[in-house]
Amino acid sequence: MRERSLTHLQRLEAEAIYIMREVAASFARPVMLYSIGKDSSVMLHLAMKAFYPAKPPFPLMHIDTGWKFREMISFRDETVRRFGLDLIVEQNSEGVAQGINPFEHGSNYTQIMKTDALKAAMVKRRFDAAFGGARRDEEKSRAKERVFSFRNAAQIWDPKNQRPELWNLYNTRIRPGESIRVFPLSNWTELDIWQYILAEDIPLPPLYFAAERPVVERDGQLIMVDDGRLPLSPGEVPQQRMVRFRTLGCYPLTAAVESGATTLQEIVAETIAVRSSERAGRLIDREQGASMERKKREGYF
Amino acid sequence: MDTATLQTFLAAQEQKDLLRFLTCGSVDDGKSTLIGRLLYDSQLLFEDQLTSLQSDSARFGTAGTDVDFALLVDGLEAEREQGITIDVAYRYFATEKRKFIVADTPGHEQYTRNMATGASTADLALLLVDARQGLMRQTRRHAYITALLGIRHVVLAVNKMDLVGYSRERFDEIAGAFRALAADLGFESLAVIPVSAKLGDNVTAKSAHMSWYEGPTVLEHLETVPAGGRDAAPHLRFPVQWVNRPDADFRGYCGTLAGGSVRPGQQIAVAASGKVTTVSRIVAQGDDLPQAEAGEAVTIVLADEIDISRGDMLVDAASRPEVADQFAAHLIWMNDSALLPGRPYLLKIGPREIPASVTEIKYRVDVESFGHEAAKTLELNDIGVCNISLAEPVAFDPYADNRQTGSFILIDRLTNLTVGAGMIDFALRRATNIHWQALDTGRQAKASLKGQQPVVLWFTGLSGSGKSTIANIVEKKLHGRGRHTHLLDGDNVRHGLNRDLGFTDADRVENIRRVAEVARLFADAGLITLVSFISPFRSERRLARERMEPGEFVEVFIDTPIDVCAARDPKGLYAKAKSGQLKNFTGIDSPYEAPELAEIRLDTTTAEAEALADLVIAWLDENGKI
Repeated sequence: MRERSLTHLQRLEAEAIYIMREVAASFARPVMLYSIGKDSSVMLHLAMKAFYPAKPPFPLMHIDTGWKFREMISFRDETVRRFGLDLIVEQNSEGVAQGINPFEHGSNYTQIMKTDALKAAMVKRRFDAAFGGARRDEEKSRAKERVFSFRNAAQIWDPKNQRPELWNLYNTRIRPGESIRVFPLSNWTELDIWQYILAEDIPLPPLYFAAERPVVERDGQLIMVDDGRLPLSPGEVPQQRMVRFRTLGCYPLTAAVESGATTLQEIVAETIAVRSSERAGRLIDREQGASMERKKREGYF
Repeated sequence: MDTATLQTFLAAQEQKDLLRFLTCGSVDDGKSTLIGRLLYDSQLLFEDQLTSLQSDSARFGTAGTDVDFALLVDGLEAEREQGITIDVAYRYFATEKRKFIVADTPGHEQYTRNMATGASTADLALLLVDARQGLMRQTRRHAYITALLGIRHVVLAVNKMDLVGYSRERFDEIAGAFRALAADLGFESLAVIPVSAKLGDNVTAKSAHMSWYEGPTVLEHLETVPAGGRDAAPHLRFPVQWVNRPDADFRGYCGTLAGGSVRPGQQIAVAASGKVTTVSRIVAQGDDLPQAEAGEAVTIVLADEIDISRGDMLVDAASRPEVADQFAAHLIWMNDSALLPGRPYLLKIGPREIPASVTEIKYRVDVESFGHEAAKTLELNDIGVCNISLAEPVAFDPYADNRQTGSFILIDRLTNLTVGAGMIDFALRRATNIHWQALDTGRQAKASLKGQQPVVLWFTGLSGSGKSTIANIVEKKLHGRGRHTHLLDGDNVRHGLNRDLGFTDADRVENIRRVAEVARLFADAGLITLVSFISPFRSERRLARERMEPGEFVEVFIDTPIDVCAARDPKGLYAKAKSGQLKNFTGIDSPYEAPELAEIRLDTTTAEAEALADLVIAWLDENGKI
């Protein structure tokens, strides 16, 4: 009986499903953070499997900064319709009223429009557990985070004081006001995600596939001109380039890569060959070495 | 890469198996450097990661102008500043032959619980020693924890060989000492490899400096050692995690197989109730499955409607697990607050959470000599063998047979922290053999003969707060109304039943446990029982509450500020405690945890004892207790 027939992907799938069921059974008001990208797509696909033939016993929630790619929003609405799920969309209306934007407000933008909006939504809707699609291979401080990651009543993460997590025995006990962030994809790598998408034929937003898109080049990064709100410097003219995105976020903060990959197979082939890790496409992570840890402590996913 | 190449690549990926291993060793043995070197030499670092590594090395590095590989894995800010590893970090890499998940765990003794965390899911342990230092206290501890958590394969990397002139004699000395140490621990395979993580000798490539060493490099060994075996338990074990009921026509049981396999038509039993039925379907999105193996997360439909809920275990009808409410287990203590025998904790085993307490610490393990020592409690990072008693029977296997169904964690019921991790050795049969004697004259009968209902009035508060004074008046008033009562007073009971107990936290817990049991017996006899005990800890008051019938326990908090108690000081105890003559005195050098939800709270600074006693009587009247 020593030989196992499960492949690496089957093991990862089983682990994620186990985690989701544990949350459904242990928390009164769980929610799944849905950010529309490939990791969220995999997470949602796994949730559909975990509770089949029932629907997942929790709603999806999207924190909309107002600066997402237009194609992301249409893909989001299409996906929710296809699965027949409940979607909550939350936005920091105060931030919108103050005109907070990614150009003038730097890292405050992320804090106000993403982190604060998420924290406010968690409190308002009294969610006690929230799934996120983060993986430990993305970034160094994520590598040290638990699968069931405790947040105190102020939604703060204390990395030096985490609950020990042994075997598959997750401690789900919390007091009123406290919550747990749950990461069912903790042990997946970027390549695992792509292989699984390929194996399971999971639909993705078209932005992942190469196409002619209008971009401007800034500090070596290609930024897509998704709408008229992107301020252009004098003489800066958007050019049509064959590009795609390895990660999706707010369009002014998410750099494209030049690529001819128009099929899933080609994307996976490119991913295997590429020599730059995916978060490099996210401008907010490059500010300083420990910036992600700080953001996470404050409540960022 | 063309499509054909990609297909070949993906097919190869699918065939790869997975080895989960952890690295551990003492501070500065070079664990993080070794992992960084594995990633670097396997060319698994992305260009931007290398760029940031070079800038980080200049800023925080401990390797001078060289690249400091440890910075790849030391992710937290405090670690980078202090140049140490403080929490377990997980890393992922793959070679041509295998996929790997690495848990990098800290060497500092205070973080040993994190090593146990990393070890709980690992197939192999990679232990490091510094060739100059040889085996350390931590090496022995880590080797022991590795064995305790059921890891069968061990690699000892003797690191920093460059600093001992690549000496074969030094290596042989350390290897010999470790083999002697490991002989008692029963590992299935053990490899000892001389390396320099910093310079790369024998990590992924053979060293040019140690031609005397003929064995494999670290990576070669990791690629060839047998993987898996973690889910190898042969008999079906299916802990039910979630009952899936989308509508009245479908009832499926969701869970992950913790052993064996399952197929439609197979006869299974529900472990606790012993009920037997057959599997009718294994449901999955798309088509039903013809069978499922250990490790798979599935949904099972049964032929018969029997009562099954989360926490039940479906098992091979021909080969069943233990079902008991007491067992012996190895326990690793993981919290700053010591284990207190008798205190109720929450035990999580599989999907089941159940109140449990340690009834006896048989011994603590000395991790240096592996010898046994007597212990009254377990402190942070202690390992002990204990008897554990549960509120209800659970199904389990010995940990040696099944890592999933034989492991548990203990959770503190007030802080909700994970305080202990346990591995079950065997069931204790005592509970099964001492059955409850059914008594013909019930507690109701006894109480109604007295024309009353049993109540336990539990007075808690600081020494000198006025508990006994008020309890005494309440008892007189009840007696005057023709009620049958009995008063248990802390000081008096300590002269008799509890005269063997002192004032340590462990003894205080036992003190309250015994009084709660006595109060319960009096309540069974139909009496209104007054208990006047400081009873400083919430956990034990909760234990007492749970020993009684619902609604029977009435907590009376005598709320007197400590300076008022100290000023009254009827027995001169505060003066003694303050001068240091009296140790472990509640409120001075031992904590008092005030009740949060007492039924009755009496403020002795606003009214006299007589009036406060009347409030207790009035409460009993209003709530229909007398």
